[in-house]
Order: sequence, then structure tokens, then C-alpha cells
Amino acid sequence: MTDVIEPTQTGLQVPEVPTGEPHGHAGHEDHGPSGILKWLTSTDHKVIGLSYMITAIAVFYISGIMALVMRLQLASPHSSLLSFSQYNALFTMHGSLMLYLFAGPFAFGGLANYIVPLQIGAPDMAFPRLNALSYWLYLTGSITMMLGFFVAGGAAQFGWVAYAPLSSATSSPGAGPDTWIMALVLTGFSAIFTGVNLCGTIFYLRAPGMTMFRMPIFTWNMLVTGILILIAFPVLTAALVMLFCDRHFDTHIYTAVGCHLVNGLPMRSCGSPLLWQNLFWFFGHPEVYILALPFFGIVTEIFPVFSRKPVFGYKGMVFATMSIAALSTGVWAHHMFTTGAVLLPFFSLLSLLIAVPTGIEFFNWIGTMWHGQLRFTTPMLFSVGFLFAFLMGGVTGIMLASPPIDFATHDTYFVVAHFHQVLIGTAVFAGFAGLYYWYPKMFGRMLHEGLGKWHFWLLFIGFWVTFMPQYVLGLLGMPRRVASYPSNLGWQSYNIVSTVGAFIIGVSFAFLLVNFVVSWRKPIPAGDNPWDGQTLEWFTTSPPPHHNYTHLPPIRSERPTWDYNHPDALNVPHGKAAHTNGKTNGKVRAGV
Amino acid sequence: MKVESLFLLFLGLFFGGICLWYWFWGYEDGGTMMLFGATLLGFLPGSYYFFWHRRFHGHKYFFWGRIKAAGDRPEDRDDAEMADGAGDIDSFPNSSIWPFVMGMGAFSLVLAMVFGVWLAFIGIPLMITALTGVTAESRRGGDI
Ligand code: HEM
Repeated sequence: MTDVIEPTQTGLQVPEVPTGEPHGHAGHEDHGPSGILKWLTSTDHKVIGLSYMITAIAVFYISGIMALVMRLQLASPHSSLLSFSQYNALFTMHGSLMLYLFAGPFAFGGLANYIVPLQIGAPDMAFPRLNALSYWLYLTGSITMMLGFFVAGGAAQFGWVAYAPLSSATSSPGAGPDTWIMALVLTGFSAIFTGVNLCGTIFYLRAPGMTMFRMPIFTWNMLVTGILILIAFPVLTAALVMLFCDRHFDTHIYTAVGCHLVNGLPMRSCGSPLLWQNLFWFFGHPEVYILALPFFGIVTEIFPVFSRKPVFGYKGMVFATMSIAALSTGVWAHHMFTTGAVLLPFFSLLSLLIAVPTGIEFFNWIGTMWHGQLRFTTPMLFSVGFLFAFLMGGVTGIMLASPPIDFATHDTYFVVAHFHQVLIGTAVFAGFAGLYYWYPKMFGRMLHEGLGKWHFWLLFIGFWVTFMPQYVLGLLGMPRRVASYPSNLGWQSYNIVSTVGAFIIGVSFAFLLVNFVVSWRKPIPAGDNPWDGQTLEWFTTSPPPHHNYTHLPPIRSERPTWDYNHPDALNVPHGKAAHTNGKTNGKVRAGV
Repeated sequence: MKVESLFLLFLGLFFGGICLWYWFWGYEDGGTMMLFGATLLGFLPGSYYFFWHRRFHGHKYFFWGRIKAAGDRPEDRDDAEMADGAGDIDSFPNSSIWPFVMGMGAFSLVLAMVFGVWLAFIGIPLMITALTGVTAESRRGGDI
């Protein structure tokens, strides 16, 4: 059945702070089937968001186990745990699962799907059925990708980037590479549909008074991410279709077969392996920001709440995000410096420029915490962890943007350490910060704080232990994507430290599982607004009713729930602490 | 609509600039084409929103012609009350089996590309059923 949403009914302002009771959410309303059929047929953004998150976290654990197996292999120089081709398949699948099927979908399919409509006061996403289709394409894409392990010849072995001509039918025969390609075609469409949905929702379904410059930063970042998806993913899908044609229909788009030189130059209609790299990275680099911006958005929600202040430099934040997105489209070939076929100064300059808006964001995050009443709850700890991790990854990124340094470190463990620090900073630290932060909204129960802190500290320690030695290894010259290495170069001790670190990370994630079980078996009730949240999603019940709101507060700033709950604190200028005793009560207040 | 349109137009302008710069510095056609695509992606929806923004303010076509000004949408006004958004927002389907069916159809179709054409005999009927189903559903106003 269909619900026609009438804002007159949702628009009534009931002058009371919402309580744990669902507001007028009459039980007799028919919201479609229940049980397993509910999960199959639901078009509710909350159900779809949850499905996305559950699948993505499962993918994360599977891929994490692959990482541990690889680290075990590398703990000794000539380990016989894995064969070379098994190692190749593992790093390919680990990278692909993490990037295409965990980090992105967790952010824009899971958290954004759930939170964006709530934050702007919308009843659902703009295209609910398209949204459901996105999820099914994502799920079947994930299954297709993992099918690679079960076909003759095993999974793809060409890395997450599938460089031509290594990915051609001659160099990588078999069904494994084909399942990899087809999996990405499915998830590519899924991402595009989600991008369309995010933009449509944010442009058309905001509540009255929720102007663009009152939207929470998370929503802003998701809008920018949505646009980046629309720029990047079609290029990938098209490139993959061409790759498939090269493999099976005898086209020569990425192969230079049969080319000859005319006046010393390749003939005009000649295929080129380098074209793949150009197409791939035109997708791949914006993709890196598709994987970063949502997570920037998450921490920008968390810092103000746990500092009890508005976000510092709201507009600066928005413009910085936009500049990062804009610049990210012009830097793709910094992954191709060593090909010798790209315009070094252009790409180096634009890459270095990205450091400026990113620096502004850092400045604003710190500004938000400055003189705030900090509460180091689990989400806050994870966000602070993100700051450290991303800073380190970002600084080494700036180093790599300079061609001379890149020439020396390209394809070494320096790069592996760099991108893991960036990606774990965003997708893991900030991503799980978001999970800890919004979990109470999704289920009406808290995650256990003590277990959460164990999770954080083990992850934080394991993270540095794993990846700092890899910088050294890179500088010593250890190449990436190798399953064994000479034993007389002094690399083993660093590798052992790195492996130990990886297992500490593994243990930390056991705490998350335990935490889920605990919250499921012994629920700690959360109420509607356990963190004293500021944005609109904390105004409704936890979990929110069907179509999200029975009434909305007046929206007069970018933090309507805070204005409603703290009428006395209204009109506090931006960047000032919204309390009077900030100096005397500078102590850390634990808990909520 | 104003912020939305300016936001996209700005992106289009920026990509356009980068595109020209890149072309006249590098003469590399692949990257230039993609940057050109990104430029269009900013300009096309950007000018569409700008068109509506101007209409809301009484300009029939961007800068020409006049019609009755409807004023900004409630979500674009600083002082809008909840009641300003009164009326149906839209009808939202509650649940629908067709996305699932279509997903399974797409799944069989891509598997057909890898494991054999016979799978397409499952995939294509599923896709057609789902497309028909979803269209009929929309015409009825969204119902399972
Ligand atoms: C949990 C801790 C993690 C550990 C211990 C780990 C370990 C590894 C190892 C051993 C490799 C292979 C390096 C090589 O031989 O070149 C690798 C590659 C990679 N990892 Fe991770 N990883 C972790 C988390 C992540 C996360 C969270 C992401 C992304 C969100 C990620 C993305 C990648 C990518 C893209 C590659 C490159 C694959 C390729 O070379 O094609 N990893 N990781």
C-alpha cells in the first residue's frame, strides 16, 4: 500500500521535547509485509540502509581475514603458506572488497541512506524503488565478486586496478577475471543509482526552512559525494565494458596488437594499454574522495556534539569540501607519474593544491573542539583517532604528489602504508565512529561504552604498529604485491612487527562483534537523543517511525534540535562555546 | 533553487576551465574528453535548476519574458514555517517486490556473460517482468 505524505500532518509543532514514546505512530497502519518478505520488498530507506551496512560490515570482516592471511605469509621471507598465485588473488580480492564493496557502500549506501533523509526532514529517499534496486545490485555484485574464488583458475590476480595488458585474456585467462569485471558493472550501476538518489533527495525533499546552508555538513558532503559518483562511476563502467570486449570479442582497445609506427608515431587508430590507466584513474581518484568525503562528514557531525559547540567555520567547511571534490577530478594521473607519459607539472600542482582545502577542514575540526566541553565517548575517540591517522596518511600523500619522491617510492610499501593510513583513517576510524554514533538512533539501544573503548584503543595501537614499519620497508625498497622477499636485506623484522600489528587490529574487531551481541542480548535503552545531538535526526524517535517524523521543530539554524532543546542558548554566534562555564568546567566529562 | 544551481554551475565552470587548461598544455585527448563530460555534468542540471530559479522569480526563460512570480520554495526560504510546505509531498511506495526481481534479473544477465548464454534465458524474462511490474505499479500509484 502507499502512503501519501502530508506535511500538514507532519508540520504541526507540538511544543514538547520528544520522549521515548513513538509519536502517534498508530500500530494499525499497514506498512507492508513483515519478516523475511519485509527485507526483500521494503523500499524504506532505513531498512535498505541497514541492509547495506550489514552486508558491508560482513564484507569488511571477510576482507580483513584475507589481510591477516597475507600478513601471516609475509612474516617470514619464504613462507609456504600461500602460493604466489594465491597471494595475488588475495591482495586483489582484499583491495577490491575493501574499496568497492566495503568503504563506499558502507558510507553512501548505508549511513547516508539512513541518515540523510532524517537530517533534512524528508520522509524517504526521492526514489525509493531505485534505492532498493541499488541494494540488490550491490548484494549480487558482492556475491559475483566472491564467486571468483570458486571458478576454475581462481579469482582475479591483477590487483584492484586491473591494469592492461595484465588483465587481457592472454595474461589473465579464465572466469575469475570475468566475474571481477561483472561484479564491478553491477556495483557500478548500484553506485550511480545511489548518487542520483542522494542528489534528488537533497535537492527536492528538504523540510521547509531547511535551506542549503542549514544542512548538516554530513548531508552536504553526501551531496558532493553523490555528484562525484556521477562523474566517476560511469567512466569505470564504460571502461570495464571495453575491457570485457577486449577479452572476449576481439576488440583491441587496450592492446597495441597489430599497431605499427607511422612517421615514428603509433598509427592513429591504435589501441593503447595506457588508455586503461587514464580511464581507470579518472574514476579511481575521485573514488578516493568518494571514500573520504562521507567520512569527513561523519566526524564533522561528531566533533560539535561532543564539544557542545556549533561546528567551527560552517561555510568554510562546505566550500573546502566542494574544492576538494572539484580538484579531485583533475589529479588522476598522479597515479601514473612513472609511466613517463603524463603531464607531470599539471598533475603535481593540482595534487598539492588539494592539501589546502583539506588543511582548512583540519583547522575547522580542531577549532570546533577548541574550548569546548569535550566528552571522550567512543564515537569521539574514533573521530580523534581519525584525525591522527588521516593526518599521517595525508602528509605522506603530499610527499607522493611530488614526482621525484614518487619515482623513488612508487609501487613500494611506502605507498601501501600511505593508502592504508588514509583509508583506515577514513573508512575504519571515521566509519565506525559513525556506527557508534548513530547506532542508538537506528536501534534505540546503546553500544557498550567499555567494549567500544577497548575496540578503539586496540585498533589505534594496532594501526600504528602495522603501518609505520611499512614506511620504512618502502624506503628500504621492498616492492608491494610480493609474496616472498630476500632474507638477507633486513626486511623480516619490520614485517614481523607489521604482522603483529595486523593481528592486534584483528582482535580489536572481535570487540565490535561482542559489542553487537551484548547490545542484542542485554539492551541498554538509549532514548531519542542520548548524545544531546544537534541536528534534525535526533528529534525523532529511536528508531524513527515509518516515514520518519510525526512533527518537526522550526528550522532556524543548522542545528534545529539543539535550538529546540536549549532555547536559552539561541543566537550564540558561530564558533563560540554555547555555554557560559567553558573556562571553569574544562574538565573532561565522561559518559553522557 | 539558487544555491543548488550556482553550486552545479560553479562546478561546470571549474571543470571547463581545467579542461581547457589541460588541453592546451597536454594535448591529451582521453583526459580532455572526460573533463569535458564532467563540465557538461555541471552545466546541464545546473542550468536546469537556474531556469527554475528564474521562473520562481517571474522570469519566463532565464532572463527574458515574464510570468507570475511564485517565490522561492519553502525549503529555500530562511523564515519558512512547517505549514508552508502543506500539501502532498509525494506518494511513496511502501514496499515493492520489483526491485528485487530486477536485481535478480541483472544478476543472471551478468552471470550469463561469464558462465554461458543459457543464464540469459532466466535473466531477460525476469528483467521484462520487473520492468512491466514496476511500470504498472507506478500507474496504480505504487502498490505491491
Ligand atoms: C585491517 C587491517 C588491514 C591490513 C592488515 C591490510 C593488509 C594488506 C596487505 C597485506 C595488502 C597487500 C599488500 C601487497 O602485497 O602489496 C593490502 C593491500 C591493499 N589493501 Fe589492505 N589491509 C587492511 C585494511 C584495509 C582497508 C580498510 C582498506 C580499504 C578500505 C584496504 C585496502 C587495500 C588495498 C586497496 C590494497 C591494494 C590491493 C592491490 O595491491 O591491488 N586495506 N592490505
